Amino acid sequence: MMIMSTYKKRLDGRAFDEPRQIEAKAGVIKKADGSGYFKIGNTSAYAAVYGPRELNPRHMQNPKKGVLRCNYNMLPFSGSDRIRPGPSRRSKEISMVTEKALWPVVNLDDYPNAVVDVFIELTETDAGSRCAGICAASIALADAGITMKDMVVAVSAGVLDHQVLVDLNGDEEHMHQYDVADIPVAMVPSTEEITLLQMDGKVSKEELFAAIEYVKPALKRMAEIQRKALKDKYKTE
Amino acid sequence: MSEDKMLVNDKEVVFPGEIISEGMSFLPGNGTYRLGDKIMANRLGLLMADGKVLKTLPLAGRYLPRRNDVVIGKVIDILMSGWRLEINSPYSAVLPLKDATFNYIEKGEDLTRYFELEDYMAVKITNVTSQKLVDVSCKGPGLQKLKGGRIIHSNTHKVPRIIGKKGSMVSMLKKATDCKIVVGQNGIIWISGEPEAEIIAVNTIRMIEEKAHISGLTNMVKEHLEKITGKTIELEVPIEGPDTMEEQESQDEGGEGNSSQGEYRERRSDDRPRGGGGYRGGDRGHSGSYSGGSSGGRGRFPPRRYEGGGPRRESPKYEERKPESPPQQTTPAPTTKEE
Repeated sequence: MMIMSTYKKRLDGRAFDEPRQIEAKAGVIKKADGSGYFKIGNTSAYAAVYGPRELNPRHMQNPKKGVLRCNYNMLPFSGSDRIRPGPSRRSKEISMVTEKALWPVVNLDDYPNAVVDVFIELTETDAGSRCAGICAASIALADAGITMKDMVVAVSAGVLDHQVLVDLNGDEEHMHQYDVADIPVAMVPSTEEITLLQMDGKVSKEELFAAIEYVKPALKRMAEIQRKALKDKYKTE
Repeated sequence: MSEDKMLVNDKEVVFPGEIISEGMSFLPGNGTYRLGDKIMANRLGLLMADGKVLKTLPLAGRYLPRRNDVVIGKVIDILMSGWRLEINSPYSAVLPLKDATFNYIEKGEDLTRYFELEDYMAVKITNVTSQKLVDVSCKGPGLQKLKGGRIIHSNTHKVPRIIGKKGSMVSMLKKATDCKIVVGQNGIIWISGEPEAEIIAVNTIRMIEEKAHISGLTNMVKEHLEKITGKTIELEVPIEGPDTMEEQESQDEGGEGNSSQGEYRERRSDDRPRGGGGYRGGDRGHSGSYSGGSSGGRGRFPPRRYEGGGPRRESPKYEERKPESPPQQTTPAPTTKEE
């Protein structure tokens, strides 16, 4: 049918390579050692970092390197369907991939036997929640003064009816009458190293490669927004 | 190399992954790293350019113990032969018996006679290993149990500002409020005095924290204190040079800012090696560094401290390892031992 190629814009009026509107803040949770807020469209994530702190139980300690521990959680009212509180198969998986997305940049050598805890809470979800969570967590880790070589930035690439897009929203993700693929990508901006790549839907190999290349410029623009969030916190006067 | 250039101004805030400079003539220091021909920041901090060496001073993050720092700790556990202190850091510290008191302590004596759980005390860090095992000492002027008063928590990165250049800020605060104040490098502050005066001191410290980045803070605080207390305060230490955060961060005096306690004020530059080979001034692998009572048994943490070292009653190397520490009274010979 090829609806997307007929039009130049998307359902909500965005250009193909345009992410939804982004709002980012640092230092939103005062008690935490570092915290971040990241809102993209109708998806918003809070992240709080505690630590480095002592890790218990002791058998989990690593004498060579600190441990990074992420926890992803959606609030019950965050989406149209109520989310049952507590860990689920989905949230455990996303916690794990978030950890792996952040791991390559965080320098944990300085904190043997300790743990850096990252708690991500999604207050509102409308597609792209793991990416928003990773962005918020990056801001929070930097705000907590953790040494890290760069701040990871993430957004979903998408392929809808064979058109490559950036940052699918919930409506686009659910257009099952066409071929839809949701491809969350996390990247280290300075090296263009990809630290998270998942795919859900139907996509050809060529489209997948095209999609990854297509989000890179958008990711770099988003990295600037992240950095600005921290800059605003430390702005003097 | 004409194209070498800085992309960020000196003393500006930088963020992880921010490109600070381009060109091979710059060198990465603490808090920065090289990526290709670029120098990047790897933590949130203030950029300090020292010639061609670029480093960052951290603005956030928890306290990481360093040797010779004076910190305030809380007793959280009593071990076989010492005390475990919580020092507002990822790692707890151990105060071994022999560094705790000059008294002779009988075998099996109740250690709570000296320090009880929940006691706060000012201690000096004597050693930090690569695995961040921290030993502290209570021997030295001003190092003692802190009785009464109140404890407040502050940011460890604002401590240099609270202490001020050569202790100017804290000594001014002491004079104005007639409070006894001890500022630990770990951000824990003990204040003892009249209740009203304590509150003035607490509020003033909160003000210093808030305005830490403003230059000329010492005079601002002086005026503030004069207004509240109605006393005229004379600065003990005249302010020379810029009175800014960067200046004091880089000077970074350790310990408490009383002129009579000069021993604590050692330069604490950020260039000192940390982490990795952080075990300074001693033979490696000597991890069971505190002596006595290594018979295992009680104590929640002992396995970690005894690895490698094995049971050992005395550690003769321990004294040798502290050449630069203030002249210590040697422990009085335990004459009662024979009885």
